[in-house]
Amino acid sequence: MTSLFDKFLPLEETRAELVAGSGVDPFHVVVERVVSATEAMINGRKVIMAGTNNYLGLTFDPECVAAACTALREEGTGTTGSRMANGSYAAHVALENELAAFFSCPAAIVFSTGYIANLAILSTLVGPEDVILLDVDCHASIYDGTRLGAAQVIRFRHNDPADLEKRLQRLGERAGNTLVVVEGIYSMLGDRAPLREIVDVKNRYGASLLVDEAHSLGVLGQQGRGLAEELDVEAEVDFITGTFSKSLGTIGGFCVSRWPELEYARYAMRPYMFTASSSPPLISSTRKALEILCRSTALRKRLWDNATQLYQGLAAMGFELGPEISPVIAVRLPTSVSETTALWSELLSQGIYVNLVLPPATPSGGPLLRCSLSAAHSQVQISAILDAFSLIKEKLQSHP
Amino acid sequence: MQSKEDILEQLFELVRPYPEQPIELRAQTRLIDDVGLNSMKVMELVMQIEDHFDISVPLNILPDVQTIGEFAEQLQKLLKDS
Repeated sequence: MTSLFDKFLPLEETRAELVAGSGVDPFHVVVERVVSATEAMINGRKVIMAGTNNYLGLTFDPECVAAACTALREEGTGTTGSRMANGSYAAHVALENELAAFFSCPAAIVFSTGYIANLAILSTLVGPEDVILLDVDCHASIYDGTRLGAAQVIRFRHNDPADLEKRLQRLGERAGNTLVVVEGIYSMLGDRAPLREIVDVKNRYGASLLVDEAHSLGVLGQQGRGLAEELDVEAEVDFITGTFSKSLGTIGGFCVSRWPELEYARYAMRPYMFTASSSPPLISSTRKALEILCRSTALRKRLWDNATQLYQGLAAMGFELGPEISPVIAVRLPTSVSETTALWSELLSQGIYVNLVLPPATPSGGPLLRCSLSAAHSQVQISAILDAFSLIKEKLQSHP
Repeated sequence: MQSKEDILEQLFELVRPYPEQPIELRAQTRLIDDVGLNSMKVMELVMQIEDHFDISVPLNILPDVQTIGEFAEQLQKLLKDS
């Protein structure tokens, strides 16, 4: 009899080979203790965390921690059910109102995670008669959302408005029933969507546009609203989704829209209806983090200073990087999966944690060492990250 | 309208560079088990097919496509509708 687990054997064999080759399991790193927004104890030693998407470094912000503690004491550890079944807490509704005000949108819905936000929106807003046209490099949550729904799903080439136009043209009258999906900053290479050009194209064909600002909320735009704000096209964007788990340092997701009718969809979205709502401490710390994001441009400036320093430092060493300076900095290496894993392990032994990203999860097809910067990183920490990469570079040059 | 045989011949040409060792391509050849495509390679092939036939291939049809012949059948329907 075939075991249910047989289909996982090739995956397990690949993992075992990786561990045998490098001596570590890069996908089972245990963080023994979190020390701060940028440091943790791993394998008994203090490590600089340079791959956590903690862009504004708010996970230990005293105001956010205090807000979470107060909510925990006053409202408990969890909601023990969905908002439909158990009711919305006042704080859920307050956060939705605050997000709507922040984005100047008439509609906002909060979800339990960013992944669930995309599952809910992409599975429900577009029906069997509609089409989703998504950038090929979109996040797994977007792909998974489309699989849960009934719309026809077509991909266009990454950041290629001409290819998007060609596909809209092929759709004929159905172009008007199409939702185009892009991201503000793409999570793997840190590059941005050419949003003005995409808006021009979708307007010409009467399509709608969703921008996932997961990695650009708090990072781009004068007020931190993301790429649409930075490029002054917010009025042309129909839906914005995002997460609380990056710049806001908590867990949760949202969708805002310039269409008040988004509210009609709330009670049709199964990923909203059938999962537990966010806990009181999460919602309260998210509200506080959003307040800090609104009032502080200093954090954003520090984040960009740090990103620029690391990007330029790595570029000066001759590393092949993503196409533009960004808080997501992807180092493309001309090495095999096992060699890259060994280099990742070397970085960890130097006290630097970055993300190891292996094909097929990489847009470039080859392995990546992905860094993400934080406003909370100090100059000393950025220098330490650069020093560790410098050692990697020496190894690469001595064993080309 | 292109016949299924015409489409199959064109598909063979598009698939031919993919196997690591040369294999005989037939309508029954399975894209993953015989040609050895992984998920990334499937997506790369789909893009090439889209360019070649000047159509968009919805991702929704892919779960029903195991063999080159099944892909040809789906492409024939798409070409008819385009």
